[in-house]
Amino acid sequence: MSGPLLALEHVNRTFKVKGQTIKAVDDINLNIQAGEVLCLVGESGCGKTTTGKMIAGLLPTSSGSILYRGKDISRLTNKDHKEYRLGVQMVHQDPYASLNPIQTIYQILAAPLQHHRFTRGEAETKRRVCELLEIVDLTPPDDYLDKYPHQLSGGQRQRISVARALTVLPQFIVADEAVSMVDVSIRISLLKMFARLKDEMGVGVLLITHDLALAKYFAWEGRIGVMYLGRIVEIGRAREIVDHPQHPYTQVLLSAIPEADPDVTRAKKRIQLRSMDMPSLLQLPTGCPFHPRCPVFAGEVCEKVVPLLKKADWGSDAACHLVQAHES
Amino acid sequence: MPEPVLSVRDLSIAYQARRGQVQAVRNMSFDVQRGETVALIGESGSGKTTVALGLMHLLPSTARVFGGRVIYRRHSNGSSPAERETEVLSLKGDNLRRFRWQECAMVFQSALNALNPVLRISEHFADTAKAHGYLSGYRQTTALRERSLKLLSMVRLDPEQVWRSFPHELSGGMRQRVLIALALLLEPQLLILDEPTTALDILTQRNIMEVLKDLRGQLGFSMLFISHDLALAAELADRVATVYAGRIIEIGDVRTIFRNPHHPYTIGLIKAVPTLTSDKSSLISVPGSPPDLIQLPTGCKFHPRCPLADERCRREDPELTELESGHKVACWHWPEAREVLKVYQA
Repeated sequence: MSGPLLALEHVNRTFKVKGQTIKAVDDINLNIQAGEVLCLVGESGCGKTTTGKMIAGLLPTSSGSILYRGKDISRLTNKDHKEYRLGVQMVHQDPYASLNPIQTIYQILAAPLQHHRFTRGEAETKRRVCELLEIVDLTPPDDYLDKYPHQLSGGQRQRISVARALTVLPQFIVADEAVSMVDVSIRISLLKMFARLKDEMGVGVLLITHDLALAKYFAWEGRIGVMYLGRIVEIGRAREIVDHPQHPYTQVLLSAIPEADPDVTRAKKRIQLRSMDMPSLLQLPTGCPFHPRCPVFAGEVCEKVVPLLKKADWGSDAACHLVQAHES
Repeated sequence: MPEPVLSVRDLSIAYQARRGQVQAVRNMSFDVQRGETVALIGESGSGKTTVALGLMHLLPSTARVFGGRVIYRRHSNGSSPAERETEVLSLKGDNLRRFRWQECAMVFQSALNALNPVLRISEHFADTAKAHGYLSGYRQTTALRERSLKLLSMVRLDPEQVWRSFPHELSGGMRQRVLIALALLLEPQLLILDEPTTALDILTQRNIMEVLKDLRGQLGFSMLFISHDLALAAELADRVATVYAGRIIEIGDVRTIFRNPHHPYTIGLIKAVPTLTSDKSSLISVPGSPPDLIQLPTGCKFHPRCPLADERCRREDPELTELESGHKVACWHWPEAREVLKVYQA
C-alpha cells in the first residue's frame, strides 16, 4: 500500500477552561509511515499527550483532520472505523491505573480476543494469551495467567498493557510516557521489547516522552519531533536532532540535560534562556511561540510571523526564521 | 579529618504491613562531612526516602526505628571542633523542634503539597520564624522580611512579587525554589533534598540545579541529596552511595562511582540510563526486578538478579569492605564485577 499509515493535516485542538479557550495543539502536520518509530518530545503542557490521544482516536480534533490509510477518521464507515480502532492501540502511562484490578491477567487478555473473534474456543484463546505473554517476555506464561495486576511489579504490568494492545494485531501503538513510571534498571528492557515488536511484527510506535536521551535511544533509526506550546518546532531523524539540533529550543533543551558522568556534566555548556517562565497557554505569544524566551531572538520577524516547518532537503526541519534564513 | 556533620550508624527502620515487616532500611551507615554533598541513589522502594524521614523524625506511625544511632554535630564558624553532639534519634519536644529546620532542614518532593494553600508566601516565612523563635518579636519584623527577601532573590525569584503571592499563583519550579529558600531561613547546616526536581520539566530542573550549586557555594551547607536520577547525582554530589533493598551496597567519591564502580548493581544502573552521547549498543538492562522487602532473599539481596551469584552469595550477605581510601563495596565478587556487563548486554 502506498501513502502514509497516518497523516495529520492542520490538526488543532482547543479546550475550554472556565470560559477561556486554551490552544493545546496548534496546526500540526505529520505523516507517519507504516512500521515507523516516532518520538514526540517536549515539556509538560506542550500538547504531546493531546496529539497522541487524537491519533489514537480517544479525543476528537477541534479542526483539521487525521487520516488513517488515507481516510478521515472522523468520517469512517462502520467497517473502516472498526479497522482503525483495532489498528491503532494505546499504552497508557500509569500501569497501576490502566489495568482492571479485579480481573486476572488471563481475563484481561482474553476479553479483546474473544470479543473481536480473533480466537475461537477456550483452548485457542488460552494458547494465544500464552503466546502474547511470551512476546512481552513474561515467561513462563502459566505463572501469570491467574495472577491479578496487584501481584505484579510496575514493569510487569506495563508488559501486560502492551500484550493487551497486541491482542487485536494493531498496525500502530501510541505509547504515552510508557516507561517513565517503571524503574530505571528495567526501562531499557521494555524499550527493547517495543523495538522487537517493530522488527518482528512491523508494528509502528509513537512514543511520547519528556526525555530526549531516551527518545534518541528508542528512535535510533526513526524520527524525533520536538513540541513547544502546541506546535512541532523541529522534526527529523533522531540522531540528527540530538547531535545537530537546529531549533534554538531543541538546543536549549539538550544543553539543560544532565549527563551521567561527573566530568562531562559539570563541564557542559548551558544555554541561558531570556526568560525562565513558560508563557501561559491562555495568552500565547504572537509570532514564534518561543520568541519571549529564545536566546537568539532576532527582533520583529520573530515577534510577528509564525515560522512554519519547511521540508528541508537534508537533516532536520526546524520552524525557526533564523535557521531558515541561514539555509536559503 | 574534621568530624562529620552527620553520622548515621547501623540505622534500621521497618514498616508494619499486613503481610509482615517491610524492612525498608537495614543497618545503614554513612557520614556527611561539613560542606559536602552526599547523594543516595537507588530505585523506588530502595529505602532512600525512609532514611531521610527517619533522620527528621517524620516517619509515619506504621514505621519503627529498630536500631542504630544518628549523631549530628553543630560546628561554629571556622575549623574549630564540633561545639556539641546531638543524638538525633532520642530527641524530643523542644530539642527536636530546634534540631528540625535550625540544624537540619528538608525539601520535599512535591512542592505543591508542602505549602499551605491559604497562606501567602510571606506568611510561610513568618510562621516558620515564629515557630522556631527566630527573629521573632515586633521589632524584628523588618529584619525577618529583609532576610527572607534576600533568600528569595538568591533562589532567583522576584522577591517582592513572590512575597505577596499565594502558592497557587506560582509555577511548580517557583514553588520548589520558595521551599528551598524557606528551608534555608534558619541557617541550617544540613539540607536534605528528597527528589527535589522529579516532577519538574527539564528546563525548570536545570534552573533548580544551578540555584542549588550557587547557594551551596555561598552558604556552605552540607547536603544529603536523594534521587533516582543518576545524572543529577553526577552533577551535584561529592560522594555517591548506591542503595539497594535498604542497604548501602557501594559508596565512594562521585568520580570513582561513575568511572570505576565495583558492584554489579551500580555498574548495571549506570549503564541502564540512556544519555545523549551514549551509543545504542552500550545500553543494558538489569534482569529481574527489585526484591520483596517483606521476604528478602537470603545472603546478598542482589543475588537473584546477579549474573555472578554463586553458593556463597546465596548464603552470606557481604559487608561493605574498603577497596581503596573512601571507596567501599558490598560484594563477594567485586574484583570481577565488570564481567557482568557482558551478561547484561546479551
